[in-house]
Amino acid sequence: MTATPFSGEVLHDEVVDARAPWSHVVRSGQSLRIVDLGGNQAVDCVLFVADDPTERYSAPDTIAAQGNAFLTVGSVLLSTEGRPMMTVTGSTVERHDTIGGACSKESNALRYGFHTMAQHACVENFLHEMARHGLDARDLQSNINWFMNVPVDPDGTLGIVDGISAPGLWVEVRAAVDVLVVVSNCPQVNNPCNGFDPTPVRMVVTG
Amino acid sequence: MAGTQVDTMPTVPPATATDLPPGVEPTDVLWDEVVAGGGYSWGVLPRGARLRLTDTHGDACAALLLHRADHPTERLNVADTVKVQWQAYLGEGALLLSGVGRVLAAVVEDTSGRHDALCGTTTARANEARYGEGAPHTACPNGRDHLALALTKAGRSRREVAPNINLFKGVTVEPDGALTFAGEPRPGAHVELRAEMPLLVSMANVPHPLDRRTAYTATALRVTAWRGDPAAIDDPARTATPEVERAYAATDMEMSR
Repeated sequence: MTATPFSGEVLHDEVVDARAPWSHVVRSGQSLRIVDLGGNQAVDCVLFVADDPTERYSAPDTIAAQGNAFLTVGSVLLSTEGRPMMTVTGSTVERHDTIGGACSKESNALRYGFHTMAQHACVENFLHEMARHGLDARDLQSNINWFMNVPVDPDGTLGIVDGISAPGLWVEVRAAVDVLVVVSNCPQVNNPCNGFDPTPVRMVVTG
Repeated sequence: MAGTQVDTMPTVPPATATDLPPGVEPTDVLWDEVVAGGGYSWGVLPRGARLRLTDTHGDACAALLLHRADHPTERLNVADTVKVQWQAYLGEGALLLSGVGRVLAAVVEDTSGRHDALCGTTTARANEARYGEGAPHTACPNGRDHLALALTKAGRSRREVAPNINLFKGVTVEPDGALTFAGEPRPGAHVELRAEMPLLVSMANVPHPLDRRTAYTATALRVTAWRGDPAAIDDPARTATPEVERAYAATDMEMSR
């Protein structure tokens, strides 16, 4: 499915190592395709309006406006001020998560035990990469988990279960404004979100 | 004008509050206020304080944010709250967790059973689309601007308006992800929280983002807080699950140093 052609000229093409952070400004009208190279790899993602990063992606505004907890083709990713930042224009994975948050050393410790405190986590990646853009812990709020599967059972039970992604599957978003995209290629090894084996992902910006 | 009483105002001094929950001594009351529909309020509470919110007329919706009062960045993290407890729906016994693995508050009483940790609150843009106006000075104020005002007064800033929870209006998630709103009025329902760390509490009493009524509908919210103790060392709530036990252990460690 990686054979699906890109919509426009390739402006940037980069492989993000397993467990690593990444950031890039995707200009208005440009698209970003994220390719799950190894399969079942969660890609945690936050978005900031490039000109004013106090306005950033908001999972609550996004899901309330679309009336659905999952991100799919057609989902409009709204900012904290309710403004469209990006639209999901294509996806070979049925749906993506935006309610499960990002793994951290501290939440891992609560979920799996204090012995996991030493493990690398998405919040580490986010804070490290965001600091390069002058952003700190106050700026890390809600996020997207591309390729992650977080169903909610009728009784409210919520779990992070086996992924529905596979090698070569991808998602593509198009920017409505200039967007600083910050990604953590999730290093989690305590649940199935990465198939217990974090792998690289490919980021392709076109326009 | 001084001494004028209206339906929606703070009780000053709080020790003159009446109609208190059973067993609460007026001298222990820290905060008593009726927040108007469409209004907001904020306050700082010590560790151990109880905070009771009452939907007196049935159409309150408390968009609530918690920040740790004695820390610059620690605050409510709704994603960690639902993920760590493996439960998307808040209710009695639920903990409100921070993003660094500690307990900000525990839900110790809940007669509503309808809350929401997923949908956040309204924006000026969303209210303009639904009601024709949404700025704080209009008849249809939005939640985000109110919470930003509260945090700004508390010495924080708009960028610290993180995802909030909503009390008294509920949302459920269908298997296909569809969000179902539950908002029939239930006058008299209350929720009581116990502060497990010192808290900056901010709230906007505004219609829920999924409330499809075309008329801006928000009724009064009673806020009452009083002195108390954090979860006792033998409180069974501390050992409800291994995750909860670790959350309290981490909180105890932080609060004891």
